[in-house]
Amino acid sequence: MQIFLHLKNGILNESFISSFKCSVQMKCISRRTELGWDIRIKCSSLPHLQKVEHYGLRRAPKVVAYYGLKRPPYKLDALEPYMSQKTLEMHWGEHHRGYVEVLNKHLGKNDILYGYTMDELVKVTYNNGNPLPEFNDAAQVYNHDFFWESMQPGGGDSPKLGLLRQLEKDFGSFTNFKENFIEAAITLFGSGWVWLVLKRKEKRLAVVKTSNAVSPIVWDDIPIICLDLWEHAYYLDYKNDRGKYANVFMNHLVSWHAATARICRAQSFVNLGEPKIPVA
Amino acid sequence: MALRTMLTRKIVGSGLGIGLLQSRSLQTVALPDLAYDYGSLEPVISGEIMQLHHQKHHQSYVTNYNKALEQLSDAIVKGDASTVVKLQAAIKFNGGGHINHSIFWKNLAPVSVGGGEPPKDSLGWAIDLHFGSVEALIQKINNEGAALQGSGWVWLGVDKELKKLVVETTANQDPLVTKGLSLVPLLGIDVWEHAYYLQYKNVKPDYLKNIWKVVDWKYASHVYEKEFPKS
Repeated sequence: MQIFLHLKNGILNESFISSFKCSVQMKCISRRTELGWDIRIKCSSLPHLQKVEHYGLRRAPKVVAYYGLKRPPYKLDALEPYMSQKTLEMHWGEHHRGYVEVLNKHLGKNDILYGYTMDELVKVTYNNGNPLPEFNDAAQVYNHDFFWESMQPGGGDSPKLGLLRQLEKDFGSFTNFKENFIEAAITLFGSGWVWLVLKRKEKRLAVVKTSNAVSPIVWDDIPIICLDLWEHAYYLDYKNDRGKYANVFMNHLVSWHAATARICRAQSFVNLGEPKIPVA
Repeated sequence: MALRTMLTRKIVGSGLGIGLLQSRSLQTVALPDLAYDYGSLEPVISGEIMQLHHQKHHQSYVTNYNKALEQLSDAIVKGDASTVVKLQAAIKFNGGGHINHSIFWKNLAPVSVGGGEPPKDSLGWAIDLHFGSVEALIQKINNEGAALQGSGWVWLGVDKELKKLVVETTANQDPLVTKGLSLVPLLGIDVWEHAYYLQYKNVKPDYLKNIWKVVDWKYASHVYEKEFPKS
């Protein structure tokens, strides 16, 4: 029997592994991915956990770890008054948590999708445009994780230095980019997301709209920030006023720190040209 | 605030821009009135939701549809094919939104005027024939509605040619005809989050279970009998 332990940027608990009362062969595969380290541990030769009751043996704990619900990097009331605590409690606590639980339930039934990192899982379940049933939940978990990390208390303002220069290069000016982004948010039909992505092939930043659960990683682009435009994200605070929500996001919530960190990492995969070093 | 919404009368449709456009003989649409007060569907659907849904969401579909229609007629007159094609998405979305919501308001009725009463006559028999019972049909519609990802509608329609009832879902604001040219909508249930979020939050199944208490089967029967008149 094989059990995969998957940890996404997590800390491996030694005592947790040793609680398996059997000889365990462990193969540790660690890999650098675009969004962080991924550590996969394959445990084999565990005793049969299924039919042990009538042998009087103590059942080894049936521990299977899939994906967990990641907390946003701030308290749930930290984004007031722009995004209320009530919204965060519902959005993170109910919607996001629901997606994680449904995803784990799916994975519990079928182990063919074990062992992937979150972004790999999204790409695999997208299946090149013919999404598998797990895609919706996997992608929504990814998107929401990304969304919480794209915001911060005291956000907004503008990016600095390299990111600002790149935005000015690709959109003309920062204001132009902001207008572009908000326009995309208002003209998106139905539920979806708006992203600032770094397009790999064109080697430039762009604003992209996606429907429902789709995210630009399925097209191999690198997302920098995103905005959730499903109605549940803003209805409690702004009712139907999507424009106001998008404006508030841009002016008070978006975390350019997170965006800068992401584009720095993205630059190890996409060559954005030589930096402009001023000549003395 | 609930009290205020319950006392608010229904709003007459916006006539902005109609005068101008009619001079070019372009038929625009207007926001239809509700046949009941915003608060009369309580406690199934709150007055606040009804007011927002009608005055903001439906109104914005009407406004944007009229705008897109005007741009389209300009582009047609000028022979600008690429603009004509580009506007199709906006027309489908906003026009579909107007069509769907117009049907939706007629699908609902306060309990005092027969909302929630099960269907009788030819529609009732057709439902029993195709689905076994009204309860089975309701169960099927609720399951489809709950399973729908994102925004959309769940419909009870009748296939004009095949003469049978169907349960279908459509995404975003696509009208039922996008699922089949011979489909006629009898009942539509809006499962966009704006239709229930303020009251039911994320518990869509509760909304779907409760909405049947205010569904106007008489209107659905009326549409059905128009398609298949009693011989």
